[in-house]
Parts: sequence; structure tokens; C-alpha cells
Amino acid sequence: MNSARVVITGLGAVSPLGLTVSDTWAGLCAGRVGIDKITAFDPVGFSCQLAGQVPEYKIRKFVPKTYRKAVKLMSRDIELSVMAANEALIHAGLVTKAIDPENINIDPERMAINLGAGLISCDLVELAPAVAASVTDGKFDIHKWGKEGLEQVTPLWLLKYLPNMLACHVGIIHDIQGPSNTITCAEASAHLAIAEASQIIARGNGDIALAGGTEAKVNPIVMIRQCLLKRTTDKNNDEPESACRPFDADAKGSVFGEAAGVVILENLEKARSRGAKIYAEVAGTGHSNNINPVYENLEPDGKGIEIAINKAMADAGIEPEALDLIIPHGTGIPADDLAEAKAIQAVLGEAAKEIPVWPTKSMLSNTGAASGVIDVIAAVCAMTEGKIPAAKNCDRKAGGCNLDISNQLREKKIRYALCCSYSYGGQTAALVLKKMN
Amino acid sequence: MLKKDKTKRVVITGMGIVCPLGHDVETLWQAILAGKSGVAKTTIFDASTYPTTFDAEVKDYDFAKYTNHPQLHKHGNRGSSFVLGAANQACKQAGIDIETDEPADGIDRSRLGIYLGAGEGSVDNDVFFAALVEAWDTEKNEMDWGQWAKVAFGRMDPMCELEQEPNMPAAHIAMLAGARGPTRSCLTACAASTQACGEATMLIRRGDADIMIAGGAHSMIHPLGLMGFNRLTALSTRNDSPETASRPFSATRDGFILGEGAAVLILESLGSAKKRGVEILAEVIGYGSSSDAFRITDMHEEGRGATQAINAALADADISYKDIDYINTHGTSTMENDSIETKAIKAVFKEEAKNTPASSVKSMLGHLIGAAGAAEMITCVLAIRDNILPPTMNLIDRDPELDLDYVPNEPRKCRVDVAMNESFGFGGQNNVVIIKRFE
Repeated sequence: MNSARVVITGLGAVSPLGLTVSDTWAGLCAGRVGIDKITAFDPVGFSCQLAGQVPEYKIRKFVPKTYRKAVKLMSRDIELSVMAANEALIHAGLVTKAIDPENINIDPERMAINLGAGLISCDLVELAPAVAASVTDGKFDIHKWGKEGLEQVTPLWLLKYLPNMLACHVGIIHDIQGPSNTITCAEASAHLAIAEASQIIARGNGDIALAGGTEAKVNPIVMIRQCLLKRTTDKNNDEPESACRPFDADAKGSVFGEAAGVVILENLEKARSRGAKIYAEVAGTGHSNNINPVYENLEPDGKGIEIAINKAMADAGIEPEALDLIIPHGTGIPADDLAEAKAIQAVLGEAAKEIPVWPTKSMLSNTGAASGVIDVIAAVCAMTEGKIPAAKNCDRKAGGCNLDISNQLREKKIRYALCCSYSYGGQTAALVLKKMN
Repeated sequence: MLKKDKTKRVVITGMGIVCPLGHDVETLWQAILAGKSGVAKTTIFDASTYPTTFDAEVKDYDFAKYTNHPQLHKHGNRGSSFVLGAANQACKQAGIDIETDEPADGIDRSRLGIYLGAGEGSVDNDVFFAALVEAWDTEKNEMDWGQWAKVAFGRMDPMCELEQEPNMPAAHIAMLAGARGPTRSCLTACAASTQACGEATMLIRRGDADIMIAGGAHSMIHPLGLMGFNRLTALSTRNDSPETASRPFSATRDGFILGEGAAVLILESLGSAKKRGVEILAEVIGYGSSSDAFRITDMHEEGRGATQAINAALADADISYKDIDYINTHGTSTMENDSIETKAIKAVFKEEAKNTPASSVKSMLGHLIGAAGAAEMITCVLAIRDNILPPTMNLIDRDPELDLDYVPNEPRKCRVDVAMNESFGFGGQNNVVIIKRFE
């Protein structure tokens, strides 16, 4: 099939380790842990009181003057997306309407956007007064709510919480008029969004795409959901540094957090012709499903991940030996990590022992729909600098996880890297990146 | 523009639906041809004091009819339970074996994928509101988080919380069909399932899958959903006449009608369909997507994004606007959409605009939000099959500005070979798919 090659020419990240790619990467290299006690709300009574929270920021700094009125329509997920998109565009040397209206160097109709997003939970404090005004005899009264309650809710309330608003705000700010999609497959979202955006460019429906994902999971509703599903650690509330332990024998569960990441994808020829710095090629993508009706964990053999990885490698046209780095999904949930390790081992066979595996969530937390793109950005940084940071909190590998995880920083020339992800609902994704010179 | 691979044609080999006008495709179609309305007073919860007290609900539906393992699906949100029925019907029509570890249909499961435009499920309303009532300190104007956590931990059901996630309807289909191919779920508001069908087509064209179970599933008929749309003043408030409230392109239109449902189409490479010897219902020949990049709250005044998406779909199909026999409009019955959509059609179709029939089945079906586009795509396939145009009902008082052929008030016999399905979503999401009679 006649299709264009797609490369990465820009990166943007907002994570618990910093508000930029360079801060995030420096944090990863230094083994810094972005997980701490939740401050976004008082987590009293929560079985897990830890999260990866983004450092303080002022959103107005990231929004052009003409668009500042819209800031009040931005949920935190939207704010983080706007910040990451700004950084990625500037990093790629792209000039949009918002960056400099006098020197625009993009064609808005040939620009696409594809972001992964989570289920944005509403701000309880915003809604509570209206609910409290709808009470009869101490109980919620829907008749009052339908009248008095509703009137207290800001008219544009719904628009803050539609998942597609991340891409829409970014699209309006930067005048992106091409295809726009929002993938809502939980932790697999960002890899799926990057794959789809790559395909949009490969088939010629755009020249440039912003792709990635965002999720601000540090919200009482989201956090309680993870606690109720027993996906969080409930043992390490006093030890945030060592709480999230992917593939470690002492792992007790995951820690959730918030982040946003955007990569600029570009048609290789177009990127070359404008003299852009090219960081990596999206060499292969593969997707599948875990099917496990029991839900509590992945299917024990990680079959859905195995299929996705095999497809991604076939798409890239490489054999397992070609891989120099694997960033697994690795959440710190023991049964899931074991299933993922089995899948990786099944695909790679003997080669599995030799290929460095570097889980990142011990430092970054599980940032849901953003986690996949943050890993892609980390992989690109590792490729560019030729080093793989130490894995944090994997001191004693869990039984069955025969992967090459090291707690030392490694210098290594990386030609091909693999990133994997999966969602609780079953969707799996794998992505192969190739270094470009 | 790269030349597209013409050898990978994508056809439709199965359809299924659960919607306010029926729980299967033929019932829906007969209702539409009879001009029936699926709109009535809200019964899912007590909305009697809301500005809008009616909607388009799926009634008397039991998902357990569609599965041998109801316990696997019993926690599913309304969208998940609807999509189970729709996927079951569509798979059966396409000869895809379901609920078996040993399928005999010859389909490679790793090449059977899923792409849904699916929405989130409702919050667990009783607990959600009770926790806020008990935890909000009205005097201090602040939340007592300890109290909130106590109520929430005590009363929230973990499975019910999980099933609110928008990727869960796809998980239920994966279990039903054993699908191990590429699986995605997207949520671009009212355009989601048209986008899902369009991108699913692209996955088949690229060779990533042989068959995609594509479509949409959504219900926003719950206290927060109805609140959200009412606060936006996007809904009709014609409480004294629910059945005539959805009146797209009419001068007295006053908003859309919130609906719910699920619709599934089996998209398949022509090669796979021929090899399996299944009946081909129609062909998907074009897909176009764009964004307005204008305002969060409004469509672009001149329909810039809509025009671009229509043109992109025509270019992808490699046909002219003159080849389109029927437009299934987004036609929501809001002042803004119907007027701007009309402008966009005029901009693309020029001298042919008034000669190209363009109707809105939302006049009967209501607006199924994330599931709307796929449901409407099914009506396009049926229009081609039977050479009948579905009508725009309730079009009694014409808006003088809106002067296209909206197929008013009764279905029309006429040759239909190529139909275009338009969907536009909040935030400026535009998606268009073109379907053709298979030859």
C-alpha cells in the first residue's frame, strides 16, 4: 500500500516530575519520584492517599490573550492538554496562530489532532452547593433539584466535562482544522491516538498531527473508583517514594496520577523539506484485546498484550532481537505485571533476558490516558541521549517476571524501542519507535 | 494526496440496533416509514421539574435476551447493555459466531476488531447525590471529605463504578464476539459513531483487520446529563407536545431531544466477505473528518468545518456531489445546527443543493448522541436497499431560510444508490461517511 512514513518532530509533557519534557526527563534520570500525599483534596478515609500530582502552574500563561475568556470552561484535563500542546508545537518549530500570528508556518486544514482522554469527573465542590439546595427532610429531592438546583449550576457546565473538549480547545487555540478525534480507552488511549494519527498522515489526510493524551485523575471520584476496585496500594501511605513498585516482589498495587503529553507527528518528506529536527519514526503499531470476564486482573497469560506486541513488530518489520528498550505498562498491580511479563517473554523468547525493560510508573504514577504518551516521550529522550534511566522500586523481581530490569542507569545506543499499554476494559496497544539520524 | 488503495474495498455485512423506535433493524425501519415518534415523557428518572420533561428512551428492553451469560454483563451501563443487543444482531446477520471458544465461522479472531463511538455511563445517582448532601457543610461552605468518603466507600459498588468508563461497552462486545483485533473507543460528542465507522473502515483498508464491529452506544438520559443539556439550552422544552418537539428544519424548532441507544454495523473487507460468502448489504466508499477550530459553544457561522468534512468524504470516495442521491443530515432541530448545516450543503452541492433530498430521522428517533451517527448510517443502508427516503417528520412550518428538499412528513420512493451520512458534534467535530449500493 502506498503510504507515507511518519516521524516525531516535537515533544510536550506535563507530569508529576515537572511542567516540561526536560524537567520530566531530568527527574526520570535522577530517579526522582513524583508521587506524594494527595493535596488536591483531603483524602481522609481513602485506602490509598497517594497520587502523582503536577506541580503548580498558572494556566493563563499558556493561553493567548484573545482566548483567556475560555479559561473558565477548562477542566484540569483541558488545562494540562493546552500546556503540553504548546510545548510540543514550539519544540517542533511550528508556528500557529496562537504562537505568532504574523509568521504562521502551518496549513490549518492539513493539521490533525488526536488525543486520548479519560472520563472527566465533575468537580464535586462546584456541584455541592446546588445539590445542598435541593434537600427535603435531609434527603436529596429531585423535584427541587430540577428547578432550584439546576439554576445554580453554571450554564456551560457540561462543556467542561466532555472528553473531546481537550482536543477542541487545543484545536481552537492553534487553529487545527483537519481530522480531530478523542480516544477514550483508558490507559491504552494515548498509544491508540498516536497510532491513529500516524495512520491519518500515512494515508495523506494530513501533514502534521498533534497526538497523545491527558488525564487528571487526582479527583475524589476517580480515586475512590480505583480504591474500590482494589487497584491501588493500601499499604504504603507513609512511604510515597517506594509505594509504586512495578514488577517488584513487594508490589501492593498501583498509584494513580495526572499528566498530559503531546507528540508532533509529521510526514517524513514534509518534515525533511522544512528542515525539522527528526527524533524518531513511528515504525509500527499493533492493537488487540484482553478478554477476561473476571475483570479483577488481566487474563493471566497476557494474551491480548502478546498479540498487540507481535502485530506492532510485524508492522515495523523487525524481529525481537532488534529491540533495545521496552517500556512496559507496568502498573505495580502484581497479577497484571506478571501477565504483562509473561506476554513480553512469550513474544521475545530468549531475547527477553537481554533487552532492557524500564517501567516508569514508580516515578510518574499511573496517569491513565496520558501514561502511554509520557512513555513514548521518555523512549524518545532515551534514544536521543543514548541512556536508559534506572528503574525505581524494582529491587527484587517478582516471581515469573524474568525481565532485564536494572536499578542502575545504563548507557545504550537505542535503535528500536517498544512501548506497551492496556486498559482495565481490555484494549491493548503496542508501538515500535525507530531512531532517526 | 496519496492515492488510496482501491483493492481494499470495505462493505457492510451485518447491522443491529437497539433504539427508541425498536430493538431490531426491521422494526426501526417500519416505524420510520410510518413516521412514528420515539419521543415521550421521561420515565428513567423523575424529570418532572426539569425545563425539559421528555426524551427518547429505549423501552422494555432486556439485554439478557442477547446473551447466554447475563451475569457477565449485568453491571453494564445502559449503553453497554444496548450495544450487546445491537452487536448480537449484527454478528448473527454477518455470520460471526458469538459466545463460543470454538468459532466455526473461519474468522481469524486477531483480525476481528471493534470500534465504538461510546459514551460514559451514568453515575450511581442515589449514592452520588446522597454523599454530597451529607458531606457539604452549608454553613462553612466547604466539603467534609471524611464524611464524603464514608458515605461513598460504604455505598458505592465497585463494578457499577467501573462500568461508567466509556471504554466498557467495547469490553462487553469483545467478550461477546471473542474479538482480538484492533479495538478502539472514541468520544467526539454527537459525531462519535460516524467517526468510529469511518476510522474502522480505514483500519480495514490499511489491512489491520478483516472485519470491524463498528458503531456507537450511549445514554445521557440521567439527572446530570439532562441537567447539562438543559443548562446549555440545547434541548427542546416543548413539554406539551413531546411527539412533535423534534422538528428539524422547521421555523419553530427549539432544540434537540435527548435520546439513547446503540447501533452496530459489521464492516468487512470485500475479500473477506466474498470468501465467507455472506450477503453484502452496501459498500462504504468515503469518509471525511474535520474540526471547526472556531468556538467551544458554537458551530462556525458559515459551516466551514462541515463543508470541509463533506468535501473530504467526496474526495475519499472519488465522486462528485452530483453523485449523491440522498443526504442523511445531522438535523438536530436546534436553530443553529439546521441553519448552518443547510448552508454547508448549499456550499458543497451548489446548483444541485435543492435537488438533493436531505432528511433528518432525528425527527422520529431523537438524538442518540454518541450512537446517533451509526443508527443513522443504518437508515442510509435501508434507504439504498428499498429505494425509499426516510422522511423529516413534523416539518409543518417551513423556515423560509431553509429551502432544501427535506423530504417533509412522508417517506418517498426514489432510486437511491449513494447516500451521505453527516454528523456534527459539540466543539466543532465534523464527520461524514458515504455509503453506496454494492455492485
